Amino acid sequence: MNPVSPDLWQALGWVTAILVVVSLITTALSARRDVNGDLNPVVDNLKARMRGWWIMLALLVSVFVTGKGAVVILFAIVSMGALREFLTLTTRHKADHWAFVASFFVILPVQYLALYLDWYGFFAVFVPVYAFLLLPMLSVVRGRTNRFLARVAETQWALMVAVFCLSHVPALLFLKIDGFENANFLLMVFLVLVVQSGDLLQHLWSACIGQRAIAPDISKSRTWEGFLGGAASAGIVAVLLSWLTPFGIVHAFVMGVVLAAVGGMGRMVMAAIKQDRGVRDWGHMSDGQGGFVDRLDSVIFAAPVFFHLTRFFWQSMG
Amino acid sequence: MRDWIETQLGHLVGVALAGLIHLLTAPRIVWRTRPPGRRPRVYFANHTSNADTVLIWAALPPKLRSRTRPVAAADYWLKNGLRKFFGTRVFYTVLIERKAEDRFGDDPVEQMGLALDAGSSLIIFPEGRRNDTEAPLLPFKTGLFHLATARPDVDLVPVWIDNLNGVMPRGEVIPVPLICQIFFGEPLKLGKTEDRDQFLDRASDAMLSLRPQQDNTV
Repeated sequence: MNPVSPDLWQALGWVTAILVVVSLITTALSARRDVNGDLNPVVDNLKARMRGWWIMLALLVSVFVTGKGAVVILFAIVSMGALREFLTLTTRHKADHWAFVASFFVILPVQYLALYLDWYGFFAVFVPVYAFLLLPMLSVVRGRTNRFLARVAETQWALMVAVFCLSHVPALLFLKIDGFENANFLLMVFLVLVVQSGDLLQHLWSACIGQRAIAPDISKSRTWEGFLGGAASAGIVAVLLSWLTPFGIVHAFVMGVVLAAVGGMGRMVMAAIKQDRGVRDWGHMSDGQGGFVDRLDSVIFAAPVFFHLTRFFWQSMG
Repeated sequence: MRDWIETQLGHLVGVALAGLIHLLTAPRIVWRTRPPGRRPRVYFANHTSNADTVLIWAALPPKLRSRTRPVAAADYWLKNGLRKFFGTRVFYTVLIERKAEDRFGDDPVEQMGLALDAGSSLIIFPEGRRNDTEAPLLPFKTGLFHLATARPDVDLVPVWIDNLNGVMPRGEVIPVPLICQIFFGEPLKLGKTEDRDQFLDRASDAMLSLRPQQDNTV
């Protein structure tokens, strides 16, 4: 077992307390139904999110007490789930089969192995350099040129999103920050909480004062007012959670705004892809909740940004 | 004793196989009709992969699996001991002889009818062989019509399997864990005034109408 610092348990206690309070509020709200006996869609949405958060917290805590290796394995499995959801919808031909086999059974495991071995130099370039050059080679030897670029590019994007970006969440455990030893797990908690509250706050702001839709063809309920208001309030959430992190108040605020903005836009990008492919959800893990990618779209986009900002400004030298 | 062991083993292998295909293909199972009850039905499906039977079978509620029998070619399933074990102990296939000269006793349609009478549901592939062409569906053989004539009260449930050939295209060795979908449509029966071709067209259309609109394979 890892030497868990007392701070960590205290932090988890608070996080759990916050979740309990929000869950109680949503449960109370959901008792109020409208004349048709239907739930208010905002409350319904909130309830669904809460379920996801509880599962995430439980999983994170249970793997964390077993160690870094377990966290890496958990995220490798999540990546596998996300990758299958993505590759199920990308343009493909049976000539791409080897590229798919390599993606699932070579590239994904190697990326997480590099992470586990703490081999940062390789972890950072393996997918965008080696995997991206290897994949089209595997497809081209099969000789089929029809929509070749679309097939290759979409497979690469699947790896980017489902493997490369997602692997930056557990990568937070491997940052070396002075005076923050054994507490890197809290960075993961911070990331997930800030990004998810950013989603929620953007949703709420849009519902309350939303006027100008960002891109009405993708979603009428995503507005500039919601985006900006949500990002700013996510900054405040980040400040309130800054005791989990090595960041000062100002830095935490900026980080919160950036994560919520990147996460919110990422969610829209993924919504556009779903719409183009004519699906409502990426997957069907649990009823009405979609799949791995539906749950994690904003985290996927925010994770590499969070990782690199933290690494650049806070990682100890030498 | 040996029989009992083989039966139990067959049951265990079936559970393992269903678990494996669920893990590999994470099938999205869509019932466009009321979920199955205890009454025997005929599931007729498109055939693009050797694993089609396993996927339909695994998509059914566990309680009904042992009462749902794939109809399959005897020459294939009796070829060696392992196939025979899977054919008779895991899937309880209704084995039919493809060539008329090999048949003794009941003809295939009668065999299927008797299995239905005994309370089993059936899984059949009305195209008669695996579809390796670009066309979504091959013209049906007449078996489905003869079965509908012989047992006019039995519900015929169209099934569409999507993407299983993407998991393992023909000629590949390693499967990839893409998500499959399996759609169960509204049951149909032979109409009173319907002739063979009309009925087979209707059955074929019922299957095609279950097909997802978007196709990302090129």
